[in-house]
Amino acid sequence: MQDTHDNANRDPHTETQKRRKFLIGASGGLGITAGLLALAGFLNTWRPSRKTKAEGAAVTISVDGMAPSELRKTVWRKKLIWVLARNDEQIRRAQAATNDADLSDPASDDSLQPDYCKNELRSRKKEYFVAIGLCTHLGCSPKWNPDEDGGVFYCACHGSRFDVAGRVFSGSPAPSNLVIPPHYFDDAGNVVIGADEEPPAA
Amino acid sequence: MDTPDKRAAATPAPQAAASVGAPHPDAHPGFARGGSIADWVDARIPYRATVKKHLTEYYAPKNFNAWYSFGGIALLVFVIQIVSGIFLTMSYNPSAEGAFASVEYIMRDVYYGWLVRYIHSTGASFFFIAVYLHMFRALLYGSHRAPRELVWILGMLIFVALMAEAFFGYLLPWGQTSYWGAQVIVNIFGTVPIIGEWLSEFIRGDYAISGVTLNRFFALHVAAIPLVLLVLVFLHLVALHEVGSNNPDGVEIKANKDPATGHPRDGIPFHPYYTVKDIFYAVLFLIVFCMVVFFAPEMGGYFLEYANYQPANPLVTPEHIAPVWYFTPFYAILRAVPPFLGSQVWGVIAMGLSIVLLFLLPWLDRGAVRSIRYRGWYYKTALALFVLSFMILGVLGAVPATEERTILARICTVVYFAFLLLMPWYTKIDKTLPPPERVS
Repeated sequence: MQDTHDNANRDPHTETQKRRKFLIGASGGLGITAGLLALAGFLNTWRPSRKTKAEGAAVTISVDGMAPSELRKTVWRKKLIWVLARNDEQIRRAQAATNDADLSDPASDDSLQPDYCKNELRSRKKEYFVAIGLCTHLGCSPKWNPDEDGGVFYCACHGSRFDVAGRVFSGSPAPSNLVIPPHYFDDAGNVVIGADEEPPAA
Repeated sequence: MDTPDKRAAATPAPQAAASVGAPHPDAHPGFARGGSIADWVDARIPYRATVKKHLTEYYAPKNFNAWYSFGGIALLVFVIQIVSGIFLTMSYNPSAEGAFASVEYIMRDVYYGWLVRYIHSTGASFFFIAVYLHMFRALLYGSHRAPRELVWILGMLIFVALMAEAFFGYLLPWGQTSYWGAQVIVNIFGTVPIIGEWLSEFIRGDYAISGVTLNRFFALHVAAIPLVLLVLVFLHLVALHEVGSNNPDGVEIKANKDPATGHPRDGIPFHPYYTVKDIFYAVLFLIVFCMVVFFAPEMGGYFLEYANYQPANPLVTPEHIAPVWYFTPFYAILRAVPPFLGSQVWGVIAMGLSIVLLFLLPWLDRGAVRSIRYRGWYYKTALALFVLSFMILGVLGAVPATEERTILARICTVVYFAFLLLMPWYTKIDKTLPPPERVS
């Protein structure tokens, strides 16, 4: 009650107005904050769920007995995965084309791949090419044409073309080379997609 | 608000009964004893005043022509879509495993399910036909011009919401075009610098289009966007009725009112004159609509695409995918812009701008008159070229791209943007005719 004396000379009307303004501001601000926090909760439901993430675990595909130029497919994280068995001719052509001006990103500097695949054939083993089989333009799946120029991936949606190392040819709408997922080869003749190396035995 | 009980308790008993039944200060007959039920209701919700304001005493220009039928027709299609859509949800299963089969179930096993689905799929295309013609009408007669800017902007918002509604709905049959069309459109958001990858994952709720995506698109298609559309249509009409309708002469009928009645001399009550006229056009429209529903629901693969009769397959992209016809002009603009600085985002920006610039039309148009009847050759030529390029883009967006077609698409894209961006200049220097004092 010791404030009473200090307040004696103040205009009680202005004082009420001030208090009212403060209360409106404080409650309004709190209300907006609460609303935004609630909105954040709703928006978070749109993120890939725990179940979806769990289903994104590594997958295995056999490369046993693949014929030259054969393309095998699997799905990892609901994305199409290609494993291409390259023949000697295709390997030779791809190696020769490394500095070709016809490729938009021959050294894969602006493309996505694990470090162990940032090499001239964009792979861990030169006879096997593993990639996400979706065009880096707008996500259609290119078609494997083994007979065109020794093997080309052609995207019919918007006309992008990629070589047997998934490198995009100049003039294609796709801005970068095909994406290489993390993967490794196990001892049983499989390629495991979704992990960089064999998990240590328990 | 005091309840009658509280009031009764606060006053002596004899007056209590009287105060409850006493005449309302407004003296509306609905508050008196012995009035009609209609009076009773009207005293509590002003339906008579509303009917007067928006129908029987809403004065619309007397010189409307057939172009003015498409707003009403669009509203009719909206109702058709809501009703047929509600019945489809009763038999549809929004899951990656069950969606395709449930659409087949609707088509083959549900009695008259084929009819409801064809009404809904045909309605989608006719919604866009009506809306495109409705928008063209505005360009013809300057309906977007002041003071109707908000009518136009609300209309544009309806158009954008309608595109979202159509896009979300197209994924639901879970066929090949559904799947890969959604894949391409969601990946468009992936071209946004830095946050693109995260954003497209957020929209899908998964690493690729999946049942998770299907489920949320279903929710957006049947609940969220229809509610948004409903509110926008309501606001579009509220704004229109506040400023009043434009007309083929583009002269303001409110400028000439009969002092005795206060009504525009060149206006006629919307009801019965235009309700009857709109019913006539609605019947004509329904004849065409039924012909398509019964005899050509697929419309040669343009209303329902053939590849969509194959279930979604994440492993195989169809040889040729194109959006449904009503998106193809914008899709052609997207494809026409070449990648630049190693980024594909420019086509996306151009496509976005092609719609955003339309919002600005009321301010881009500096013409001295509203209606095409009194505009000069510049605007007439510009509008003709714009419509022509829009239609050519529509055709080009539906067919695979070749080198010649890409060049043509680029020319049409330039014309499309020139129409909008040069509008302040050519409408200003255009030689216009003096419009009449009153509607002719």
